Amino acid sequence: MITAERKPIEEILEYLEPYDRILLVGCNECVTVCAAGGRKEVALLSSALQMARMKSGRTLEVREMTLERQCDPEYVEELVNFIDQAGAVLSMACGCGVQEVARRFKDKPVFPAVNTKFMGASERQGVWAERCQGCGDCLLGLTGGICPIARCSKRLLNGPCGGSTDGKCEISPEVDCAWQLIWERLKALGLEKRYEDIISAKDWRTSRDGGPRKIVREDLAS
Amino acid sequence: MKTESALEKILAGGHLAVTSECGPPRGALPEKIKEKAGMLKGYVDAINVTDNQTAVVRMCSLAACILIRQMGLNPVLQMVTRDRNRLAMQSDILGAYSHGIDTMLCLSGDHPYFGDHPMAANVYDLDSIQLVQMVKGMRDEGKFQGGDEILNPPKMFIGAAANPFADPFELRVARLAKKVKAGVDFIQTQCVYNLERFTKWMDGVRDRGLHEQVYILAGITPMKSAGMAKYMKNRVPGMDVPDEVVKRMSGVSKDRQAEEGIKIAVETIEQLKEVEGVRGFHIMAIEWEQKVPEIVERAGLLPRP
Repeated sequence: MITAERKPIEEILEYLEPYDRILLVGCNECVTVCAAGGRKEVALLSSALQMARMKSGRTLEVREMTLERQCDPEYVEELVNFIDQAGAVLSMACGCGVQEVARRFKDKPVFPAVNTKFMGASERQGVWAERCQGCGDCLLGLTGGICPIARCSKRLLNGPCGGSTDGKCEISPEVDCAWQLIWERLKALGLEKRYEDIISAKDWRTSRDGGPRKIVREDLAS
Repeated sequence: MKTESALEKILAGGHLAVTSECGPPRGALPEKIKEKAGMLKGYVDAINVTDNQTAVVRMCSLAACILIRQMGLNPVLQMVTRDRNRLAMQSDILGAYSHGIDTMLCLSGDHPYFGDHPMAANVYDLDSIQLVQMVKGMRDEGKFQGGDEILNPPKMFIGAAANPFADPFELRVARLAKKVKAGVDFIQTQCVYNLERFTKWMDGVRDRGLHEQVYILAGITPMKSAGMAKYMKNRVPGMDVPDEVVKRMSGVSKDRQAEEGIKIAVETIEQLKEVEGVRGFHIMAIEWEQKVPEIVERAGLLPRP
């Protein structure tokens, strides 16, 4: 999933300074699962903003809405009846959702209430960790199902570097050395020999380096 | 001979090679690099020039290498893949070779997290093994990594690092094998303090015959003080300083610790000379270049060929 964390309230208040009425829009997908921008977080942020405003002697009218998927035009359309009454939209979706709302409502300011972080998985209750960088040419088949691009601090395709100590990365004892994990996994699979296959220089065109990416499925495209 | 490199000539001639390193200054101070290199003249075969070591900005390795080359000495251009993509690295290699620099060391580099610009983007378009492959391709096939032909291809003698002390240990020989497969010509290792672990690694290297495919120079760093020994033991990732070494440094009075550090370095070299497959020494006297001649002399490595 795409993970996110709420921005500091001070930053959000600064964005909203010129407005007295806003539409606060959550999303029912990833940001709900990572507890950053679902219905519950929308309600919490709404109260927090109104209280902060009251302290400064002004009011803030907030209409709360949580869409099924904010990155999907079909659901963003649901805002159409409420958009005019709001001076601005505050979105609690990931960056994709924020941009979809901005695209649909061209004359309405849209502000992000969360920082979109990464594509990750839940390690345990309340902990999410990065797993994928969306490089566009998956090499998990070569690395025992552990991604060195997302999980090695230097994205080394032929690691580990000389900084790997006790299974941890040189940047922090909190970070696992991805190449230690890859090695352990290859061993468990009886594929140690594969370690010595050199992964050659990557063609980063399939990644963000090749410019903004798009998928067009002719069989589905209208 | 693959190149005109003086280091290659010495190694191919069967001599024990001696290299050292200069860290460029944190400012536009060409005299500083000349002063450091000047101390090493006549005592070492080649001088590595670090590339923004520990991810701290310094005068670029290439410019400092040119200054050293102009003194008639043999610089080794260190290049980390952290700061430049493959375009920048290849153009730097062409520039270096145009100035008579024919030996380089391919590294991934410390993470920016450690340095003075932890907020910088880290590039890592390539890793160190892919850099070795690229430089070899430029030399042997006369081609850029992208496939186009190079006019007058740079003939680089290609080095890389090996850290026998990092984890997982069982992978460390395999990792060297991978660098050999990529086409590396010589290796400079992490500083050796733990001789037992180093010789164990060398056993593994010889078992696979890797010592016949690559020249291995053992890394030596003299310690200035017991404080430095403790710091290296506890704070430097991938560094293995056994307790005995720390004890030995702490066991002498402060004013004699530097001498003890030199003594340990000299003894280590003497012991490593006996290890089959060790073809020379890379003496990294960090901000202590003036001590290199003494170490080289006391270790019986003079005169240089």
